[in-house]
Amino acid sequence: MRQSVKFLRDGELVELNNVEPNETLLDYLRLREGSCGTKEGCGEGDCGACSVAIGSLKNGKLEYQAVNSCIQLLGMMDGKEIITVDDLSKSSRAKGSQELHPVQDAMLRHHGSQCGFCTPGIVMSLFTLYHAEIEANRNTINDQLAGNLCRCTGYRPIIDAALESCTGKAEDRFHEDAQVRTDKLNKLDDKEDLFIGDDAKFFAAPASTKTLASIYEKHPDAVIVAGATDVGLWITKQLRDLPKIIHIGRVAELQKITHNNDEITIGAGVTYANAKEILATIDPDVAEIIRRIGSTQVRASGTIGGNIANGSPIGDSPPLLIALNAKLSLQKGTHSREIDLEDFFIDYGKQDRKEGEFVSKIRVPKLSSNESFRSYKISKRFDQDISALLAAFRLTIDNGKITQARIAYGGMAGTPKRAEHTEKALQGIDLNASQTWEKAAQALEQDFTPLSDMRASAGYRIEAAKGLLIKALHEISNEKAGQQGNQTRVIGVREAV
Amino acid sequence: MLHKSPVTNDSTATVGKNNKHDSAERHIKGTALYIDDIREPQGTVHLAPGYAQASCGKIKSLDVSAVKSAPGVVAVLTAKDIPGVNDCSPAMGDDMILADGHILFHGQVVFAVAAKSHLEARKAARLAKIEIDETAPMVSVEDGLEKDASVLPPYEFLRGSPDEMINSSPNKIADSFHIGGQEHFYLEGQIAMAIPGDDGEILVHSSTQHPTEIQHTVAKMLGVQDAAVVCECRRMGGAFGGKESQAAQWAALSALAAYVTGRPAKMRLDRDDDMIMTGKRHDQACHWQAGYDDQGKLTAVNVEFNSRCGCSADLSLGVNDRTMFHADNSYYYPQARILSRRVMTNTVSNTAFRGFGGPQGMVFSERMMDTIAIKLGMDPLDVRKINFYGDEDRDITPFGMKVQDNILDELVSELENTSDYRNRRKEIDAFNEKSPFLKKGLALNPVKFGISFTLKHLNQAGALVHVYTDGSVQVNHGGTEMGQGLYTKVAQVVAEEFGIDLEHVRITATKTDKVPNTAPTAASSGSDMNGMAAKQAAETIKNRLIDLASKLYQVDKSTISFAHNKVKIGDREIAFAELTQQAFLERVSLSSTGYYATPHITWDRDTKDGRPFLYFAYGACCAEVTIDTLTGEMKVDRVDILHDVGKSLNPAIDIGQIEGGFVQGMGWLTTEELVYDDQGRLRTHAPSTYKIPTASDVPEDFRVSLWNSSGNKEDTIYRSKAVGEPPVMLATAVFSAVTNAIASLSPGQVPQINTPATPENILRSVQDMKQKDRTAGEE
Repeated sequence: MRQSVKFLRDGELVELNNVEPNETLLDYLRLREGSCGTKEGCGEGDCGACSVAIGSLKNGKLEYQAVNSCIQLLGMMDGKEIITVDDLSKSSRAKGSQELHPVQDAMLRHHGSQCGFCTPGIVMSLFTLYHAEIEANRNTINDQLAGNLCRCTGYRPIIDAALESCTGKAEDRFHEDAQVRTDKLNKLDDKEDLFIGDDAKFFAAPASTKTLASIYEKHPDAVIVAGATDVGLWITKQLRDLPKIIHIGRVAELQKITHNNDEITIGAGVTYANAKEILATIDPDVAEIIRRIGSTQVRASGTIGGNIANGSPIGDSPPLLIALNAKLSLQKGTHSREIDLEDFFIDYGKQDRKEGEFVSKIRVPKLSSNESFRSYKISKRFDQDISALLAAFRLTIDNGKITQARIAYGGMAGTPKRAEHTEKALQGIDLNASQTWEKAAQALEQDFTPLSDMRASAGYRIEAAKGLLIKALHEISNEKAGQQGNQTRVIGVREAV
Repeated sequence: MLHKSPVTNDSTATVGKNNKHDSAERHIKGTALYIDDIREPQGTVHLAPGYAQASCGKIKSLDVSAVKSAPGVVAVLTAKDIPGVNDCSPAMGDDMILADGHILFHGQVVFAVAAKSHLEARKAARLAKIEIDETAPMVSVEDGLEKDASVLPPYEFLRGSPDEMINSSPNKIADSFHIGGQEHFYLEGQIAMAIPGDDGEILVHSSTQHPTEIQHTVAKMLGVQDAAVVCECRRMGGAFGGKESQAAQWAALSALAAYVTGRPAKMRLDRDDDMIMTGKRHDQACHWQAGYDDQGKLTAVNVEFNSRCGCSADLSLGVNDRTMFHADNSYYYPQARILSRRVMTNTVSNTAFRGFGGPQGMVFSERMMDTIAIKLGMDPLDVRKINFYGDEDRDITPFGMKVQDNILDELVSELENTSDYRNRRKEIDAFNEKSPFLKKGLALNPVKFGISFTLKHLNQAGALVHVYTDGSVQVNHGGTEMGQGLYTKVAQVVAEEFGIDLEHVRITATKTDKVPNTAPTAASSGSDMNGMAAKQAAETIKNRLIDLASKLYQVDKSTISFAHNKVKIGDREIAFAELTQQAFLERVSLSSTGYYATPHITWDRDTKDGRPFLYFAYGACCAEVTIDTLTGEMKVDRVDILHDVGKSLNPAIDIGQIEGGFVQGMGWLTTEELVYDDQGRLRTHAPSTYKIPTASDVPEDFRVSLWNSSGNKEDTIYRSKAVGEPPVMLATAVFSAVTNAIASLSPGQVPQINTPATPENILRSVQDMKQKDRTAGEE
């Protein structure tokens, strides 16, 4: 067992024996290191001013991802590389006359900063896009920047800077010595369990399910942390002391994704970012919903397992997965069990998870050829917002009639929940008989009595829920009829099949 | 595809060029120092505010014993620790630094805790026991109106007999709607650091738009002379009006902690605390009536603005006056009554926000134009045009100022052409005809914004210019840098004056011991005023250098000129640095102050007479949106802007102001919604719940151009125009386009809709229209 946290700081090994379980990465950078380039804007992972790049190995290859350092725990950095804005302009030394990183240079030339406070975060976010193997176009740039709020520029010059600098191959010093960094990261991956502290207060990052299960069985009062995109706020906003932290990011089994013709299995530690590609094969709407969960930074750390385990009524993946009839595996000690995901959510704040039991994986069935799927997210802002409501529909259609409907909504009750009356009301409905849809939509009023809050009123939630059902029926009906039809969405438009 | 059109000035060397923001390189490297990045002196204590969980009532008891004994705590500050005056208001004396006796809103600071670390202070601040004898809070503007509660008396402009005229007009209409507030969401939250010095002196680093006011507040609070307090601000990480008056409380608390503990003290508000404890743009309930003829030309307007000011006056006088000054936007009201009520509520005191009340006035006038167009079945642009200010009979505003520099006819016509407005109108009609769920809307709205502080005495600025013997120059002025590029523009002006490159001009932190008695950096006036003051200071030194060179080289003064870092003296040319060296040897002063007072300002608020503005800035915006009538979702598809900055001092910076201002205004009118619960607690106090625009909200097709101006008609700095605030109001076109899209559902019916146009507000309006359409169909 290892009793220190090891990570690379711009390629150099840092080993820390003194890591407080609740210490954030941002506090480490600003207060311990005195690296003040990285800013705190909100302390809850929503503004991106604190964005830093985290390097890790994905299938043996070095990959940089932007994360919000304000809600990442320092201990979670074990085995990773941290690059901050303070490191980027060091490249001047390595590259002689070239003072600035290409991203910085483009930001400068395009007048991409005004007050400058969001700028370090934006530079680091674009730095990861610069290194990513995806095409930089307006859509990918929007996605990359969704978690980086700028209040001054209106984004146009930043987008121009990104369009110019993030296309083509990486040519900076990080690319040049990527192999050295990769080797160093490989060396850090020692498969040792990590434990700093004592039985009363610790940060643990087990390397196997076996150790995870045994630590959690011994300390059922510990908090399990996957991406810390929620738990981070318990620390920075609720100011809770969480003396016992078990981080699952190093448990190899929990990072696995497997699939066959019928289903996809995702380990509880798989991030949204890593799960997106495979889940997208189910339906483009699944990909679109995942794209709209949090921001790039949030999706790089947050996990589907965490989204389920925290039991929130407004998590985006549960209704999606419930409509798809996903199964959830839980483990305690050496004992495992599998339940229907929908049964996991018992009531507001109450889940079917026993003391010492943790979420280990999610099994998601693929669609059959006679099943059609639609899902929609409604929020005040399209990107990086929490749903007012989310709807997911899986309709089985035979001979133009709905023979079975499986519908789940989020944000409409104390838990993500199926719309059972509506499902029944839809059974046997002819997809061409649009005059019957409205009546089926009325059944949603029997299914849900939503609340009013700062995101939406109860009245809006129910009306929009009906609207989404009508929209889904309209789209599926058109698709089945082989019609292109009219445009039906202002966002997330499906490409014509 | 994104567009821009830099316009450069050929007759000048530095002014009018696309120079980069002076801190741009430090921004992108992360080396620009904000207050939280300054290395803390040893022993610095960190402050956190404590508040009660109630909105209104008497403080029965305050028990801070658990706070005092919490880890790391050094001191707990309450009202009785204040040696001087417990007030941080800008004028009226009604904002307590620490609550004493009563609390007036949820989030009002009752005590502050100083601890060894920021986290320890925040944790300790939650341990107090505060008992409040609660009374029911007035939360909404309607609550305040019902109790006849106000922070200031109402104010009215009246011309003619509008009520009679409306009643005798061919057409009349009455309408009410709510205009939402807005959180500033500067990325750098409120922060100050106070460092005690010699003999009771104190240096306060404050992220403030108004260092002089910080100086005054701190001096008054400590009971010392103004001369004992220095306030410094190098830069702010955004402000937008939110740090004009409301930076004072945190500076005062830092200074108080420094005074009580003898240690340096820093106060940085956590984001949620910042959003709960600081004021916002005023939301308003607007009721109006108008009379108009069959061509849509107004005969008379009667409008009432009921403004939620919150618990104190703060800057509500000026803000709400400006709502009235801009209730006409670009339109001539032959007869008018414009009334503003300054309603008190038990919510945080609302404050300055880019536009300073102007946006609320304009969003009303634009809704009125949309409404008339719908009623008459006309294109809204035609109704707008017919009501523009004109010549002779149609050029006097409701407050009596003559509009002498109107360019709207030309400017709007140009944008109408370049945006292809008329063709797109046809395309949109065709789209709406065949699209069952999605509907498009289009609008082209003008902006006319008055430039100058409507409080006359604020229209003054000072500068201090030092030339060193090596030819380098230091410039200081009363304006503050919040990202708008003021420092860059002023440096350009000084470089131009001396004919030297910008790299030889260093702008230093705004500091009350360099330039005293300054106005806030606000009202878009920063470069107009400070640019002029700095120019004057530079001219004074330059004239001394000319006198010297004329004497030394025996040439006529008219043969001496400054350019390319050199001075041409008759036939010879010497380096600028050589002349400055000679000046030192010849005992000529190379330092000067400069001063500027805006001319022609004669406004008298009491008599409602005179001229409040030196000039108007103009612009126009064409916006196209698509709404989803099943969900209320909305997307802005394309925006074209044409904006007047006179002869631009720096086109790149001006375009940045226009684009950024527009997007901020768009956020105000679309996604940004402040929600208070019935107990008066703000429920949207973090970016997780309060949604400012992000990259994907900016239209993919976004075309911004500068008006090809022959220059400001007034003698402003290089004939430029102010640009900070006016672009915010270009965004009314987005709201009008949404109205236009909804109106397509039932021709002739006016959609009821409040701002912001959230999915919920849009869907409610859509369903209301469908209902009206059904009712109309049954008739």
